[in-house]
Order: sequence, then structure tokens, then C-alpha cells
Amino acid sequence: MRLVIRDTSDQVSEYVAAYVKARIEQFAPTPDRPFVLGLPTGSSPIGTYRRIVQMYREGDISFKNVVTFNMDEYVGLPRDHPESYHSFMWNHLFKHIDIPPENVNILNGNAEDLQAECDRYEEKIKSYGGIELFLGGIGPDGHIAFNEPGSSIQSRTRVKTLAYETILANARFFDGDVNKVPKLALTVGVGTVMDSREVVVIITGANKAVALAKCLEEGVNHMWTVSAVQLHPRSLIVCDEDSTLELHVKTVRYFKSIEKVQDEMIGRENLGLYGQVAGPLKYKVIPYGA
Amino acid sequence: MPAKRPLTPAGNIVQFYNCKVLRNHELVEDYLYIQDGRIIDPRHMFWGKQVTPDITIDCEGCIISPGYIDVQLNGAFGYDFTSDSDCAAKAADVISKGLLLQGVTSYCPTLVSSEADVYEKVVPHLGPRKGDIHNGAEILGAHLEGPFISPQKKGAHEVTTFTSAPKGLSDFTDRYGLKNLKEKVAYITVAPEVEGIMDSIEQIKRETGIKVSVGHSMATVSQAEEACRRGCTLITHLFNAQPTFHQRDPGVVGMLGSSEHRPYYGIICDGIHVHPNSIKIAYNAHPKGAILVTDAMAAQGLPDGAYKLGQLDVEVTNGKVVLTGTDTIAGSVATMDECVRNFVKFTGASKVEALENATLHPAEALGIADRKGTLNFGADADFLLLDDDLNVKRVFIDGEEVKPEELKFTPRTHQSVPETP
Repeated sequence: MRLVIRDTSDQVSEYVAAYVKARIEQFAPTPDRPFVLGLPTGSSPIGTYRRIVQMYREGDISFKNVVTFNMDEYVGLPRDHPESYHSFMWNHLFKHIDIPPENVNILNGNAEDLQAECDRYEEKIKSYGGIELFLGGIGPDGHIAFNEPGSSIQSRTRVKTLAYETILANARFFDGDVNKVPKLALTVGVGTVMDSREVVVIITGANKAVALAKCLEEGVNHMWTVSAVQLHPRSLIVCDEDSTLELHVKTVRYFKSIEKVQDEMIGRENLGLYGQVAGPLKYKVIPYGA
Repeated sequence: MPAKRPLTPAGNIVQFYNCKVLRNHELVEDYLYIQDGRIIDPRHMFWGKQVTPDITIDCEGCIISPGYIDVQLNGAFGYDFTSDSDCAAKAADVISKGLLLQGVTSYCPTLVSSEADVYEKVVPHLGPRKGDIHNGAEILGAHLEGPFISPQKKGAHEVTTFTSAPKGLSDFTDRYGLKNLKEKVAYITVAPEVEGIMDSIEQIKRETGIKVSVGHSMATVSQAEEACRRGCTLITHLFNAQPTFHQRDPGVVGMLGSSEHRPYYGIICDGIHVHPNSIKIAYNAHPKGAILVTDAMAAQGLPDGAYKLGQLDVEVTNGKVVLTGTDTIAGSVATMDECVRNFVKFTGASKVEALENATLHPAEALGIADRKGTLNFGADADFLLLDDDLNVKRVFIDGEEVKPEELKFTPRTHQSVPETP
């Protein structure tokens, strides 16, 4: 796992947006071979979306050949309700960019047969050959998508009951009325996220500090579902200083030192997007004993 | 003659971007989508039909406002709806087209007090007519100002035409024509204290569906309140042709402070009819009721000189219109876009407030806010692109852009009084 720490959440947004852009460019998608991108909602990705829209306006990025799958959606909320995740994605990203509407996938929380809708979603992901990059955020309790504490690390797309705490917390978006908050959601599973070829998680703010520490310094644990990324062969967490408050100093220094070595001693020109050595090294390796 | 510009093909979706859209009392950085002459909800397009815009238009940072609505306009471009009773259709044609260039996309052609024959000849030409780039601004129905008004507040009306309504509705239909009232008229201005008027208001509304406004009136505040209780919903050019404010009986102006049935009020924002401070006082008292009107007459859009207003001779000097040889103000030559800019200057109100006084409020007063005066989904695609100083940059009506060079209309520069050589 890689951990990239930036001073502020704005810099996190900047980093993640640039990373997504670089990954799409590197992939060089075509209509027959689109880049398949998993997308989150919530407060974590807002800055990243804003930066992506800016890049789109400057002509630096296109979504013509990108297919997206969103993580989750409430059950029973009208599509155009201001708090629906359809509305969130429309307002923060889709209305601003050139993505073809047929390339956009969001779970339908108003489907008659909810589990059939979830199964269809999994099938559709499969039909594209899986997800290339799943972008995620986390909740203060370490949930990824609506996979709240106790969700199986192997879970697939399904109907999920929201925790009472979550419903209370969400009441502020529904006129402060708990009764108006949806009690169920459709969500991709932890397993669905982990099946993607790369997972990038945005973690910002002091209120996520415990979750980050649990995810990073303790074992894989279904009570902190995002910790499953430890088992993923290609995962990246991008966080700000505030969210590192609960980490050991050693942990923070370790990950910073990796970046320092890569930047100052190996050189970015020698490294690929994932920090891997890309091609023959362009600096002279001093032979042992010389 | 240049070839007719191809119109947007049916079903095509046009997206306006890089703009600040007036929506829900705010200017928001957003997009505007139109299709087949209507403003559409892009979410239905994206999620439902899964299509993207066919045409995109860069607004270069402009404000998008609904097109202006002028509920009181007697004439412009050399034509006067009342005195040009022999060529009313021509007058409506020229004025409707010319108004588009001032950002007015719908209006109520206004007639001053006249005899029955004038209404019979003119009003049939001033009924509701859809606006588009060929017809010009939409006609919302006529505004008949008088003759059921007070001789003491005649303004520039011909007092010999004035009448009262002792027989109720039939007096109105005798003068205006029942068919006109039912099909062609948007609203009438009356003085409720004139004999028979107060008792006719409810019946007029019930039988014809038109709106009734209080104006050219000596009404006391209690008479004005009674008129509003009975269904008057507007005041015609507040402050003008009504008693000045008195603390013990504030008269028609006093309706601004009423705690029930506060009406909308038209206000002439040319800086001549009403002092800027008075406009500010009215607006602060009742901001949701303000409606900017031009009360323009034939010389609007033309140079200074001598013109006709109804049967009366008037003179225009430096943008001020008076009855020839007197100091009596007789309509204005202001344009609506000037009035909007003036309003911001006079009151320090926000752009949104100024724009809503020329769009949302008149539409609400006429009961047509579902299709005019807003950029809500489903409304008619009549709108303006404005710069930050509220100068009109581009005009769209019925979903099509107005091209000034293709808008064929000839103002009549003829003047009623021969100029001395």
C-alpha cells in the first residue's frame, strides 16, 4: 500500500485529480476499450471533482471514453431529490463534463426488485472486464461505500440497512426529520471494490484520523471495512495532515520518507505512476565495493 | 434580402454555458438548457433520455435573466396604441419587434382613456399573441388604463372620455366590449372611488378573468384597501396620478403598508416620474410587490420632438415628456433595460432584485409565472444575456436568438406637429 500525505485537503484534491487524469491518459481509452472508473459521493471527493471539472474546462481531460460506476444510492429516494447520489454526481461532476450518459452507472434505489438490481450491477461491471480504478472516501467509522462496520470483507453489491447513527447524522440533510431519512441503501460490497485493479482512497480531516490509524496500523478488520485495502495489491491512500493525528509519528515519517527517497534520491523520472521502477534507471548505480 | 437563418431543428437541445443563471432568487453559475422553445430539466435529458446537447453556446460570463415584461407601454417607435387606432395591427407589429432590442420579450400594450369606438377598433389587435423572432415580443393582452378613473387625477388622459359604472359590469362591457374583456385584455386600471366601480370589481374578475388595478385615483387608504379586499391586485404607476402621501390618510400609496392584501405596484423608474428616494422607500416597504414599468409613449426609441399621446399633443425634450405648453408629465421615453439599470442605481438593490422587478413580479401579478418571468423548467425560453452592468447583449425568444439585423421593422419618424423650418 502507498500512503501519500499532503499538507491540506486542497492539495489532496489536486493530487488525486492529477492522478486520475494521468491514469486515464496512460490507459489511452477508446470506445471499444473504455477506462472503467469507480466513483464515490460524500464530502471527501468534492474537491477532487471540482479540480477534475476545472481540468476538463481547460481541455486537459476528457471522459468520452470513460465508463463510471458509482458506489451506492439510497433506497426509495426520488432520483432528482437533492440528497440523492444521482443529484450529487450530476451537480458535482456529470453536468460539467463530456461523459456520454450511457457510460454512467448508478444503482437504482427505486428498482422494484432491489437485489436483482444489485446483481445486474455486478454483471454490468463484469461485462466491462471489471473496474480499472476505484476511487473512494471513508466515513469516520472507516466504512467504504455503505459498507458499515461489520460488513463482510467479501461482500458484494447488495441492499444494506443503515446504522441508526448514520440515519441520525443524515437527518440534517432531510429537514432535520429522522423519518425522512432513507433507512436502506444499495451499495457495492467491499469485495466489489477490492476486485478492481486499483483502489485509491481519499481521507481528509481530523474526524477521519482514528479510521485512518485503524486502517493503516492495525489488521484487516470488518469493523473498519476500509482496512481491507491492506490486502489489495495496488492501493493508494491520499490523506491530509489533519487526518494523520492518530497515526504513530513513525508511520507518518516512514511514508514521507518513501516519497522523499523517490523524489530526491531515485528521481520521479525513473518511476512509474504506481511508484514502480519504470524502465532502465537513468542514474548511475555505483557498483558494490567500488 | 438575406436568406432566412435556419432555425434550431425541432427536438434539438441547446446548452448555454459559462453563465450566471437567475434561478431561485440567486445568480448561480450553472447551465441553461432549452428545447423546442422551452427551458428543460437537463437531468431528464441525461438520466432519462440519455442524450447530450446538440448545440452549445458560450455566454462568455454573461448573466442569463428571463426576458423583461412591461405591463404598461402606450407606444414606441413613433406609434401609439390609442391614437393610431386606424393602424393598430401595424403599431403592434412595429412595437413588438422593436421591444425585443430593449430586452422586452412580453408586454401589455396599453390604451389611455378612450371612447368605445377606439376600443372596438384597437383592442382586437392587442390580444394575447405568442412571441417569436418573426412576431416580436409576446403580447400578454391589453392593459386598458381608464376611462373609469378620476377626473381629479386625469394625468395626460382626455377627461371628456371619462365615465363611471352605475350599472356595474354592463358599463364596462358597453365601453370596452365584452369579447375584448374576455379574450383580449390582461388588466384594467380603475379608480375605485368613482361611482359604481367598487361594486363592479368582483364581478369583472369573475366574469372576465382579467386583473384589476387601482390608478388615476383619489381613493382614500380605506377605499384602496376595500378595493384590494374585493380583488384589485395591482397599483398602476405608484405615486403618479394619486394623492401624495399624508400621514393620516396615506391614500393609494398607503397600500404599501397594508397588513392584508398588499398589491403589486408598477413604478416608473426613469428618474423623472418618481424621485429615486421615493422608489427606494416603496421598495423597502414592499420589495416583493415591485414591478418596473416604462409607461412609454410613441417617442420611445425616437429623437426629441413633438408627438401624439391619445388625442393630446406632447413634447419630448431630453427624455422628458410633457403635454405641450404645460409641465404635466405625459408618459416616458424610458426603455425597460434603462429602468432596470436605474433601479440598481437609485436603490442600491442587488441585480437579482432589480431583474425580478422586471421579470418574476410582473409575471406573478399577471398569474403567468409558470411560463414567463422565470427560468424554471417548463417556462418559455424567453431570456436575455446581460453583462455585469445589466446591458443587454443577446436576446432569445421562443428559444431563438434575435438578430437585430434580421429584425425587419421601420419606426415611424413622422411627427404630429410640423416642424418650423
